[in-house]
Amino acid sequence: MSAPRVVVTGTGWITPLGHDIEGVWKRLLAAESGMAPITRFDARTFPTTFAAEVRDYDVAGFVKDPAVHRTAGLNSQFALGAASQAWKQAGLDRAAPRDPRRVGLYLGAGEGVLDTENYVGSNLAGWDAATGKVDGRRWAEAALKRMTPAREIEQEPNMPLAHLAREFNARGPAYNCLTACAASTQAIGEAFSILRRGDADVMIAGGTHTMIHLLGVTGFNRLTALSEFEGDPTEASRPFSLDRSGFVMGEGSGMIVLETLEHAQARGATPLCEVVGYGSSCDAYRITDIQPEGRGAAVAMEAALRQAGIDPASRGADGRPPVHYISAHGTGTKENDSIETRAVKRVFGEGARQIPMSSIKSMMGHLIAAAGSVEFITCVLAIRDGMVPPTRNLRTPDPDLDLDYVPNAARKVPVDVCVSNNFGFGGQNDSLVVRRFVP
Amino acid sequence: MPRQPRRTVITGTGTVTPFGLGTDALWEGLCAGTSPVAPCRAFDFGGFPTPFVAQVPEGGFDVKNVVPKSYRKATKVMSRDIELAVGAAFEAVREAGLLTKAHEQGSVTIPPARFGCHIGAGLIAAEENELTGALATARGADGTFDFGRWGTEGMANLTPLWMLKYLPNMLACHVTIIHDCQGPSNTITCGEASSLLSMGESMRVIGRGDADACLSGGAESKTNLMGMMRQHYAGRLAATEAGEDPAKVVRPFAPDAKGCVPGEGGGLLVLEALETAQARGATILAELAGFGASQSFCPDTLGVEPESSGQGIVDAIEAALADAGIAADAVDAVIPFGTGVAALDASERSAIEKVFGARAATLPVVTMCPSIGNCGAGQGAIAAAVAVRALRTQRLPARINAAGVNGLDANACPARDAKLSTILVFTPSLGGQNAAAVIRSIA
Repeated sequence: MSAPRVVVTGTGWITPLGHDIEGVWKRLLAAESGMAPITRFDARTFPTTFAAEVRDYDVAGFVKDPAVHRTAGLNSQFALGAASQAWKQAGLDRAAPRDPRRVGLYLGAGEGVLDTENYVGSNLAGWDAATGKVDGRRWAEAALKRMTPAREIEQEPNMPLAHLAREFNARGPAYNCLTACAASTQAIGEAFSILRRGDADVMIAGGTHTMIHLLGVTGFNRLTALSEFEGDPTEASRPFSLDRSGFVMGEGSGMIVLETLEHAQARGATPLCEVVGYGSSCDAYRITDIQPEGRGAAVAMEAALRQAGIDPASRGADGRPPVHYISAHGTGTKENDSIETRAVKRVFGEGARQIPMSSIKSMMGHLIAAAGSVEFITCVLAIRDGMVPPTRNLRTPDPDLDLDYVPNAARKVPVDVCVSNNFGFGGQNDSLVVRRFVP
Repeated sequence: MPRQPRRTVITGTGTVTPFGLGTDALWEGLCAGTSPVAPCRAFDFGGFPTPFVAQVPEGGFDVKNVVPKSYRKATKVMSRDIELAVGAAFEAVREAGLLTKAHEQGSVTIPPARFGCHIGAGLIAAEENELTGALATARGADGTFDFGRWGTEGMANLTPLWMLKYLPNMLACHVTIIHDCQGPSNTITCGEASSLLSMGESMRVIGRGDADACLSGGAESKTNLMGMMRQHYAGRLAATEAGEDPAKVVRPFAPDAKGCVPGEGGGLLVLEALETAQARGATILAELAGFGASQSFCPDTLGVEPESSGQGIVDAIEAALADAGIAADAVDAVIPFGTGVAALDASERSAIEKVFGARAATLPVVTMCPSIGNCGAGQGAIAAAVAVRALRTQRLPARINAAGVNGLDANACPARDAKLSTILVFTPSLGGQNAAAVIRSIA
């Protein structure tokens, strides 16, 4: 008995470019940017003063009963909005699955936002300059007055999971993974694996994250990973460009409904596409650097293609390589873009140059843990519409980077098979292969 | 569904717990019925309902001793949680008799590409003194924090790699670098269920052939200010009075149970495909025979109040039993979370009664929280290590503190011999995720 086929039946996202599938997709194809000065806190003196923020979003418009989610932090709010869209598109709002124990969740959600003012305030209240230490009693006295239970508990990375489980009455296997920028790709891959093994009929999968807060921006600034571009923020994110200088933070959520083909067909749902391959590897190289030859990235792509039954060296009837679009991790850092290019060439050889590969991070920034799921959804849409989104701000080609990065303008091209890549800080690499659904 | 093509066995059990480094120390401490719970060494926790925590003993563990010489410099960017994971991995690999890159000589006995790693992690607290020292340099004229000054001068006082101490996946990052695990790797962050969920994922990865061995488990330290604060806000802390004996505070399943204390600990197992473990002549300690996961319906959404019916826990246990292909009758002992938090105890008790029916009253329950507190993401793997020792020695560790428990075999009693072939371990989490694992002797 072979493993069941797994299809996508719902998609949803809350992003810096909007809160609905079609609107955001149009903006991506028009190469619009979601970057602007940071408004979530006063970052005017920071090395980086801009990001791509989700604007004018209210979760109340998406959930059944906002009171149930009154404690939801930003990550949970984004996740609820995205998952509600996906659930609805899958038609599960009209007829919920019969057995909630067969509905699982696998998220790649980030840690929640610190209650900055009260956290920092408590730390300073407890600070004893003479000893250079925080006095526990004074800290507790301040913190117990200032902090609030829900706000603190919401920071646990499994809380978006708790909200989604409650909203959709999902009682099956439930996981949250947090492998930095690879998290939601890994979540989709593991959800796919759970369905293939028969441990659930339906899985909600995806990611949600914002790090646009005091210590998030501070942390990445100290690592010098963020663009410190001083001009128009919409030109700051420059993946694959010679003058790329770091990534730009985004925030939001992408969620999908995955289910076994049998379950989807039995309830008359329309498969949007099929997930056919998942590969995962670890660099095990250095804390701060990616393995320079892209070994881990290549291993993840190769494993995903092998599971999909795709020989990367093969050609289709139209003479094209067997993959028609690669959603790149494409952060816009010197290191990532060079190594990712190397890895793709290592996997696809001569064919690599013929595969359009773009980075939507050039437009909506890097959604960190949520990046993979949002990018995965663009693959679903690329297959549907035969359009691939562009890499914005690619005006100065890097002579060492010689793939087809779809510079600046979306392209019409038939797409049946996509690879979606994400590589996490810390060495986790994940790739998914998604294919047009053919009964 | 097709049966798992490959069986998963346990060949190493590494732990760092309030009893110190290594599962020998843990096992001996639990069997002796002692409790290392004591006032926190780093901070005066007198402002909280209890000043007590379960910490790894001073001098009992130094991370520099468990990393290769060439890696000692990197210990500077390890938070406590990372240290615990690195220590647990060292012990697990040692017990499994694996030669990894960490040995720096001889040839490795596990191909890096076939070596995976799944580590459960918590919400890692920033080291308060380090961060606050920097924050204090950015105060405005009125003494409050000034974002402007932070941007221009304050943040530069944090070491450039500061954030890398606190990303949850850095536990796995360090462990995979030290032992050269290039196979599938994940970081599960589901509170106290994280360890068992990680073990379940390793089991699936090995089962489907994507790795031959995995370092698997979790680690977390809650013995810091934010850990304490969040445990307090989640209603998990026992309120204690001046002069109270810290060793007697946590009383799982007892009528006078009043809460738990924060702990710190890590557990990592070496999980291996039976066939590759046999091929390298490894000592097989036990089999990870079944795994199940589920989500509870939490009335308060966040799961501060657990599901009183325990149905979610039942679902995870039943899935694990079915996965192992056994009935509840085959289970000889259980290791629940057993926090001594009355509502959590009630939920777990209800689950045990539903699954085991009349046998619930006589089925031995192993409790660890009176000694090690709540080790968060490390809890389930520490419990699994204890289960393996119990199977190997045919002994159950002592239980302490609980008296007057009716209908469950959970009252205080000394360590004792027992005929054991199958042990069920489970942990529900804050947030409502549940995971269960069936660990059994291998013939």
